[in-house]
Amino acid sequence: MSPILELRGITKRFPGVLANDHIDLTLEQGEIHALLGENGAGKTTLMNILYGLYSPDEGEIFVRGEKIEVRSPSDSIKAGVGMVHQHFMLVPVFTVTENVMLGDEITRMGGFLNRRAAAERIRAISDQYHLEVNPDAYVRDLPVGVQQRVEIIKLLYREADILILDEPTAVLTPQEVDELFTIMRSLVEHGKSIIFITHKLREVLEFADRITVIRGGKVVGATTPQEADQNQLAAMMVGRAVDLHLEKAPAQPQDVVLQVEDLVVLDDAEQVAVNQVSFEVRAGEILGVAGVQGNGQTELVRALTGLTNPVSGRVTLLGQDITTASPREITELGSAHIPEDRQRDGLVLTATVADNFVLNTYYRPPFARGVWLQEEKVLETAEEIIEKFDVRTPSALIPVGSLSGGNQQKVIVGREFSRPIKFLVASQPTRGLDVGSIEYIHHRLIEKRDDGCAVLLVSTELDEIMELSDRIAVMYRGKMIAIVDAAQTTKEEVGLLMAGVVAQSGG
Amino acid sequence: MSNSDKAQEKKKFAGVFLDEISKSPLTVTILAIFSGLVLGGLLVAVTSEDVYAAVRVSFGETLRVAWDAAWRTYKALFIGSVGDPARIMAAFQSGDAEAIRRAVNPFFESLVQSTPYIFAGLAVALGFRVGLFNIGAEGQLFIGATTTVVVALFLKGLPAIIHVPLALLAGFIGGGFWGFIPGWLKAKTGGHEVINTIMMNYIAFRLSEFLLRGPLKNPEGYSPITAEIQDSAKLWRFFESPIRFHIGFFIALFCAYLVYLLLFKTTWGFTLRTVGSNPHAARYAGMNIVKSTVVAMFLSGGLAGLAGANEVLGVNHNLAVAFSSGYGFDSIALALLGKSHPLGVVLAAILFGFLRNGAIQMQLTAGIPIDIISVLQAAILAFIAAPAIIRTIYRLKEPEMDLDTITLRGWGGN
Repeated sequence: MSPILELRGITKRFPGVLANDHIDLTLEQGEIHALLGENGAGKTTLMNILYGLYSPDEGEIFVRGEKIEVRSPSDSIKAGVGMVHQHFMLVPVFTVTENVMLGDEITRMGGFLNRRAAAERIRAISDQYHLEVNPDAYVRDLPVGVQQRVEIIKLLYREADILILDEPTAVLTPQEVDELFTIMRSLVEHGKSIIFITHKLREVLEFADRITVIRGGKVVGATTPQEADQNQLAAMMVGRAVDLHLEKAPAQPQDVVLQVEDLVVLDDAEQVAVNQVSFEVRAGEILGVAGVQGNGQTELVRALTGLTNPVSGRVTLLGQDITTASPREITELGSAHIPEDRQRDGLVLTATVADNFVLNTYYRPPFARGVWLQEEKVLETAEEIIEKFDVRTPSALIPVGSLSGGNQQKVIVGREFSRPIKFLVASQPTRGLDVGSIEYIHHRLIEKRDDGCAVLLVSTELDEIMELSDRIAVMYRGKMIAIVDAAQTTKEEVGLLMAGVVAQSGG
Repeated sequence: MSNSDKAQEKKKFAGVFLDEISKSPLTVTILAIFSGLVLGGLLVAVTSEDVYAAVRVSFGETLRVAWDAAWRTYKALFIGSVGDPARIMAAFQSGDAEAIRRAVNPFFESLVQSTPYIFAGLAVALGFRVGLFNIGAEGQLFIGATTTVVVALFLKGLPAIIHVPLALLAGFIGGGFWGFIPGWLKAKTGGHEVINTIMMNYIAFRLSEFLLRGPLKNPEGYSPITAEIQDSAKLWRFFESPIRFHIGFFIALFCAYLVYLLLFKTTWGFTLRTVGSNPHAARYAGMNIVKSTVVAMFLSGGLAGLAGANEVLGVNHNLAVAFSSGYGFDSIALALLGKSHPLGVVLAAILFGFLRNGAIQMQLTAGIPIDIISVLQAAILAFIAAPAIIRTIYRLKEPEMDLDTITLRGWGGN
């Protein structure tokens, strides 16, 4: 039997870049095939070719042994290929049914929408694959994980047999990831075939049937989870041996730098998001804040960095009360912040790399003399940071938005680490980054700690918390339900705490 | 290397060069202006009765007459805005000073028309840079003109060197105050500046009308118009009548330079631009968004106020009801055309000034309705605002091939 999908010699050139270089890929009926590679390796380009968003310069596509021409997404949908994009394509104010129908409406006589028929089909699909999606719910009310399932329903509704999932786990919580993979299993059991694009090694090893690794637009290896381990895959992806396990000396905690007492913070909807939280961070240690996304970490960080004012409680930084201080006052005390949403808060995407480096120091010497910006000094410093932090950019004068995600994060890290700091808040510092960049940023965080900086690391990636932290605080529903010593705890224990299960005393 | 390889290289080089040109934003602007002119010419042809008469004769005749009509229109536009070269030559040969002044007057008159455009264009552009849509330039211009006229009328016995700056300052502060109000409302209450500046326009129009019918009215006349301002407050004119070209043009250029310095060379400008491009990041970086919004609206209003002051002190020497005829509204379009950059604004303002001045002549000599110019400006702007049209017509390349742009951004993305 011929494979359900075969790509032969796919080549795609962009000005100055060979995005795909003679890529061959086969997908067997009923398998989960992982397409692994760093950001910019060409995974998404390849899938966009398959989906008809780009046309290849060379190469052929076969579905069930027959050659097909894909000129637009409608061709690929006809051939049974469907794609869930990393950023969902849903209309928030429409119901699930309306979103699924969009572009493929069932109509009654006279062109009226037949919502009921569509909703019934959606319900049937949802039941068959255990997707648990209510067709009448409004998309804006659904959690991200469910929205993703709506996207999957869209494909099944159009009778796709080959599903492409582009970085499906990037936006999900650990539980949602597990649910997604259960769903993927059930889909392949029902005869569907799945390609999922990712750069997360653990997921690949746990859930894929076969793995194809892409680097620099070329296929550099094909393997299976049985034959490979994390280090091999990482090396294939990056093209060199990667040190996945951090060697770090035991922490040498010194004076208390940040002291938080009974802090209460509200979220945008005026609900209590941080509830009576108290903790401290000492110089020379990393306090990891673990927790499933949405348990108050975001609001905690916003309060500590001056972006929101807490309703009650007290925050002291280096002996100064900063409970209601402005972001600038806090920064000037020697605090740095790697924000959770780097594109929203951390960077001005349309501004140059150089300008982004001085985003919070531009008004002070040496970058300003009086009110006059010292452009030469800014540029000079930019060149230094680019060099020192290995930011891959053709120039300091291009918009930072044109850099890759990993390099954008390096711009933020470079900026925050290039001034003398005593306290660092790093919120999801490696979210969405590739292995190479993660390794890099982890090393830098440890380095800062060893320099005597107090580090508050907030992450929803349990592995990251376990690896970097000296102490681990777990947030659950706005409360800090436990602070444990990293050396004396296990991943399982922290995982349970994240789910709100508090160990009995002495247990 | 074989010959064909060399040819290939050469072709590649030419290709790269063409690529660069076709990616440049300036190319789009120039082609947009060109396309606007072509469209205007077509419109003239289509609306010309002569052309319809020619249709009955033959197709060739139709084309000829249509071409003729368009040619006459643009010739009149050129003569009206720049001057008639033949007449200028003749005037210089005759050596008669007044004849020379009359011959070159169209050119200077275009610059006179450009001046308020520069001020008002800078006002809107400054707002855009800070992420504010100041639709209220027209109202701010009226208030600026009104405060200016008060100072220019009622302060007596001052030397010009003091009176003129004082009158200009009054215009700046008046317009600035009118901009400050919606800025403050936005910062404090979140009231959107688009709505509030539009509403402030109406208040400004009626307020100035009220004042011109009441306290400011020339006691010796019947129309809603002020008396002539003090001589000491008039902006200096370079030539004798009929040339009205005055120093306001250079003050406007100087203001453009100041706005450039402010935006791109100072820390204040860095703050303003950051607030405009990404208010979240501005907050993160410790910038004061409330202050930036209020200051930007004040400065924007002040520049628009200077446009009004300039008209009072430099051109009209009095203030009449509805004297501005839309400088403030045109300036929104103009700021877009100039890509909100002071230099771009100056160039766009000069273009608009020449078009506006030439249009009057066009109407007189070619019998073309002045509205054609509005259509022309609108077409140019539509092309600027939708560069995709220009790119499609002229088969230009996309400016930056961004690998991610093709996968549409979902609403949850950023």
